[in-house]
Amino acid sequence: MSRRVRLLLLGPALLGLGALLAWAIAGLPAFGDYRGPYGFVLNRIVAPLRHTTNVVMGTTFDVRGIDTMGEEFILYAAVVGVTLLLRDETRSRQAERRTRRFGNDTVRLVGVGMVGGGLLIGLWLMAFGYITPGGGFQGGVIAAGAIVLLYLVGSHRDYRPFRDERFLDPLEGIGAGGYVVVGLAALASGAAFLTNLFGLGTPGMLRSGGSIPVLNWASAIAVTVAMLLLFAEFLETYVVPLEPEDAAS
Amino acid sequence: MSYLPYAVAAWICLVGIAGIATSRNLIHLAICLTVTQSSSYVLLLSVGYVKHGKAPIFLGTKLGTPAVDPVVQALTLTDIVVSVAVIALILALALDAHRLSGTIDPDDLADISG
Repeated sequence: MSRRVRLLLLGPALLGLGALLAWAIAGLPAFGDYRGPYGFVLNRIVAPLRHTTNVVMGTTFDVRGIDTMGEEFILYAAVVGVTLLLRDETRSRQAERRTRRFGNDTVRLVGVGMVGGGLLIGLWLMAFGYITPGGGFQGGVIAAGAIVLLYLVGSHRDYRPFRDERFLDPLEGIGAGGYVVVGLAALASGAAFLTNLFGLGTPGMLRSGGSIPVLNWASAIAVTVAMLLLFAEFLETYVVPLEPEDAAS
Repeated sequence: MSYLPYAVAAWICLVGIAGIATSRNLIHLAICLTVTQSSSYVLLLSVGYVKHGKAPIFLGTKLGTPAVDPVVQALTLTDIVVSVAVIALILALALDAHRLSGTIDPDDLADISG
């Protein structure tokens, strides 16, 4: 299809889709007029039954724990896909090696501060995710973002440990596999897959929610490392390959 | 005004699709796809909103206080993860396309393969 034909078709298509969307919206209850029932039920039962004060995380890791496992494997599959597409030994070696370092001290200073701050916020979101707003997925993305910032403001040598696959691959396995192991542990004890086995603890404390904190940390590790692996693959192929002597040291 | 958030979601979706269809750059196209996908976050979160509802976090809040639907929030989380996975794959494919053909304009790519 030529560009001209595509653009000519686009107008009527968007108008049609817009009309359909307007029709669909007209059938929805007005904004704020939520009718449930699942939201109302979960808001009533998750906190008393699971002792997690953040109902969203209680829902994510317990009520729909199996879905979240699938979600983790979606991310895992993406990392594997990117790795398979990009990991090309012959090409990596040809790439030009550049040492990069920001000349501007202010940028470096502010950047390093943001690395620390971002990492702290990420860890806090992971650790308290099931009590206050947050969770392993959100915290993982922020922590990984903070680490990638280290690449931007530091030299590529500072960043080297965070792109070493020998170190990242097992961690990713622990994160993704740990989730499944918690589920299988429940199965081994005679309960259903992913049944919440551990003591529920006191609501609002770190030791609460039974297996929810374990699953939360497993996803936090899986997400952080998945992001780092994605970045490492792009970096390896197109910017600065990790040289063999670097990897050996 | 009570339908405004839904209309915003529909608008974001349409704008994103228009961007994808007119794109001349695969990276721009990937970003447009993310824009389209973010319309679903807006839609999900607006559908779950309860008038005067608080966030579904019951730390220091009495049980039974009106709160918004936690299910759609958890679904939005899934949505974002899927979006990240998809964009990573598309960017990797864009880089590969550039390596093989020297261009990231989707129209030129079609010329090369055809």
